Amino acid sequence: MADFPQANAPRFSIEVYQNEFLPEGGREVNAIVTVTSSGGGTTSGAPSIGASASAASPPGRPTGAAVVVMVDCSGSMDYPPTKMRNARDATAAAVDTLRDGTAFAVVSGTHLAAEVYPGGGRLAKADATTRACAKEALRRLRAGGGTAIGTWLRLADRLLGGADVSIRHGILLTDGRNEHETPEDLRAALDACAGRFTCDARGVGTDWEVEEVTAVASALLGTADIVADPSGLAADFARMMENAMGKEVADVTLRLWSPVGAEIAFVKQVAPTVEDLTGRRTEAGARLGDYPTGSWGDESRDYHVCVRVPEAAVGREMLAARASLIIPDRAGGTPRTLAQGLVRAVWTDDMAASTAINPQVAHYTGQAELAEAIRQGLDARKSGDVDGATARLGRAVQLAAASGNQDTAKLLAKVVDVVDAATGTVRLKARVAEADEMTLETRSTKTVRVRK
Amino acid sequence: MTPQIPQQAACSKCPGCEEPFESGDLFCGACGYDLSAVPRPPRERPAVASGTRVDWPEAPLVSEAGGSGVPATPQRPGELPGTDSGGRELPIAPLRPDRPDALPVSAAAFSPVRQAGSEARFGPAAPGGPVPGVPGPAPACGPGRAPGPGTASAPAPGPGPEPGWSPRSAPAPGPGSGGFQPAAPGPRVGGHPGGGSAGDDGRGSGGHPGGYAAGHPGTGPAAPPLPTQPCVACRADRVDPDGYCGHCGHAQPRERDHMERELSGVAAVSDRGLRHHRNEDSFAVSSTTLPDGSPAVIAIVCDGVSSATRPDEASLAAAGSAGEYLLESLPRGTHPQQAMHEAILAAASAVDSLAAGPGTAMEHGPHRHRNPPACTLAGAVAAGELLVVGWVGDSRAYWIPDDRSGPPARLTEDDSWAAQMVSAGLMSEAEAYADERAHAITGWLGADACELEPHTAAFKPDRPGVVVVCTDGLWNYAEAPREMARVLPPDAASRPLHGARVLVGHALDGGGHDNVTVAVLPFAMRRRGAGSA
Repeated sequence: MADFPQANAPRFSIEVYQNEFLPEGGREVNAIVTVTSSGGGTTSGAPSIGASASAASPPGRPTGAAVVVMVDCSGSMDYPPTKMRNARDATAAAVDTLRDGTAFAVVSGTHLAAEVYPGGGRLAKADATTRACAKEALRRLRAGGGTAIGTWLRLADRLLGGADVSIRHGILLTDGRNEHETPEDLRAALDACAGRFTCDARGVGTDWEVEEVTAVASALLGTADIVADPSGLAADFARMMENAMGKEVADVTLRLWSPVGAEIAFVKQVAPTVEDLTGRRTEAGARLGDYPTGSWGDESRDYHVCVRVPEAAVGREMLAARASLIIPDRAGGTPRTLAQGLVRAVWTDDMAASTAINPQVAHYTGQAELAEAIRQGLDARKSGDVDGATARLGRAVQLAAASGNQDTAKLLAKVVDVVDAATGTVRLKARVAEADEMTLETRSTKTVRVRK
Repeated sequence: MTPQIPQQAACSKCPGCEEPFESGDLFCGACGYDLSAVPRPPRERPAVASGTRVDWPEAPLVSEAGGSGVPATPQRPGELPGTDSGGRELPIAPLRPDRPDALPVSAAAFSPVRQAGSEARFGPAAPGGPVPGVPGPAPACGPGRAPGPGTASAPAPGPGPEPGWSPRSAPAPGPGSGGFQPAAPGPRVGGHPGGGSAGDDGRGSGGHPGGYAAGHPGTGPAAPPLPTQPCVACRADRVDPDGYCGHCGHAQPRERDHMERELSGVAAVSDRGLRHHRNEDSFAVSSTTLPDGSPAVIAIVCDGVSSATRPDEASLAAAGSAGEYLLESLPRGTHPQQAMHEAILAAASAVDSLAAGPGTAMEHGPHRHRNPPACTLAGAVAAGELLVVGWVGDSRAYWIPDDRSGPPARLTEDDSWAAQMVSAGLMSEAEAYADERAHAITGWLGADACELEPHTAAFKPDRPGVVVVCTDGLWNYAEAPREMARVLPPDAASRPLHGARVLVGHALDGGGHDNVTVAVLPFAMRRRGAGSA
């Protein structure tokens, strides 16, 4: 467990939960890799006003954070007009939550992106004056125009790219579909921005596409959520900003070493949300693959790693994967290793050992299936496949109940009538509020941690 | 093939009085007094500078506290009818050195007794607890144990006639325990041949004529290999410091995978075997010097319980602390059997303390994370004319006489399901050992062992031989004493390390399904080194 030598910087640790025992001929190794960073001196609570971000940062590295807030100003934001007003208020609340010294900007998004504050391709440094000016500028925001989220992200990237800071973060708010650019345009923008900054995305109201918002959050390693009631925006924005202010270390990468002849079947973040990282691998040398994890504050995340190793004789032991948390050196030097854990494979003829399923692996396998069942069930429901929707959502209810995922169980209960949670017997509700369905869809990937 | 059917033999009739045993009884109801051989003072080695002859101290009476203690009831000559073992049929290997559920008896003796037909047999050693009020002849090691007919070719079997030693006496001093003196003066002062050498631990090595050496295999469960060596699996020269090949990922051999240790008078070999991924066995061999300057040789073998967490640490801790304890207590003059008893208790507390240690929650195997570390233990001490064994669990000690025409014997009684079934008379040995529960052990060292019952026994071999102390990884492939004797090379007494290697090789040839650990401890008679048959 490598540490940051600097005071106040978070310490990372890795724990591996697995059943390392394989039967004769067994090849698949599953492990839950729990990464915890702690001791950064910043909690997810409200940051103390006036605390300097640079004081907590390692010397010789860029310090501080930069945040760009992207506010949807498309014409639909005026229907109802409270939406625009709430968006302004929410952005103001986020600006108020900025820690002193944080670089920031506000961008208005329509079919084009425009700088609202401070303008001129620059970022402002948060203090009482700039906060007041930013809020003054927010009053001039007017709804009108289309929606092209890709252009907002590209502008945010330009602004953030000019800042000499370690943490770059965006907050994106939309209320409608991404109608004024092609999905490919958005995809290209996301690809261009991935790894350059992290971004939380929020959909307000019920006229936006869940897939678009979650795609932004997923690609940019942030969170996605629905704010069905615009009046809840301010609190949500403040919370998001607090979270962003709590980030201490950016560009943290999960690096997996696997032996020759082995293949990584999948790598998923499984807590706090399910996020498949398998396709995000970048090769980092012989048998090394890097998976992005974004920036970290005081938090803990779990990853499910599945490796298929070449089989070996009973009694052999093999390292199936070495999971390291690293910060790549942008200059191409040796990356800094923050922590490391070992995933092992041991072949045994003890059936009791090889058939046992690690509780963590079982739990997160269930959580991943839960997210998948919700997605499939809602898809089937939309396409009018009542039987398929009932079966999948029933399975989701069963999994949520069995794993103690009460938040998801409550959301499911708004979409289906639960007859018996234990067996997964449900009936589709005849009428479902759109907001409830979208909430379930957006939050389907939220998981609970294993009960220890 | 299996001449040794201890339970059945023992349960048939008493070796001394021919009184039938009741089923399940582990000692004669007629003459069940604890037979205690008071050992003679150990011989002196020629090399010993100090010529002082130091008597054995008494083996303290084992307290009855705990419910299972068997007091070493002193017996006086003439108190019980004498035993005429010469003409009596004795059971084949009724080695019942201890009642499995009893605390150790005090020193007992065995001695092969030549019968007509010249087949040597072991007399029962210390057949268990007392059954007061039932008179009966004592088993074979009574004072009347004279060579029977047909013993001409055998070594003098009975020490009985020798003055100064009363085999019927308990170690406790009493009238008639001729020649036996408790070590009255503080043994660390008066009895230490190395006098001034006693260091802070009372077993300073420098001044001991024989010195002592301890061998504790291994230092940890995952000692990395030398980084300069190429991978044993793929020959890549990049082996990471944590012991895995950076190319193919295969774990490199660890220090504990194969361990060998040889000292003067004892050798041990331990091997991971062919089917287990790590060696959860451990051993400790050492030698020290008794207060009179004569040597005492120690061998301890431990087998980690695989269904518990960190079994490798348990065996390492147990073997180490038992060995250390004996190294401390024997030079002080503690009776070897008492020392063995206490050493097992010391090992048990060492294993117990692992349960609270760090890493309890670190091993996440769901099938094993509930059980605290545990292991078995079998040990032997050769001190003077006395051979003491002690055990908990299913690790064993065998006696193989150098003259292979004499019968070998098993000196221990497993704490195992099968042994319990057999001793309770519920199953035949063949049935019991064919059952899948056969190897479930009923006694172990570990925090979850509800009642620790260290078994010890003392023997007084009448001929040179070799003690094989081993884990079940060996005896699964040579269960019967005669099989063990067949596998053990004839020159094991003079080449103990070679003998141990051959035994380990026998287990590996048989499949090596478990870790294999063997200690070979030659037991010489007066003529030192007279080993080979």
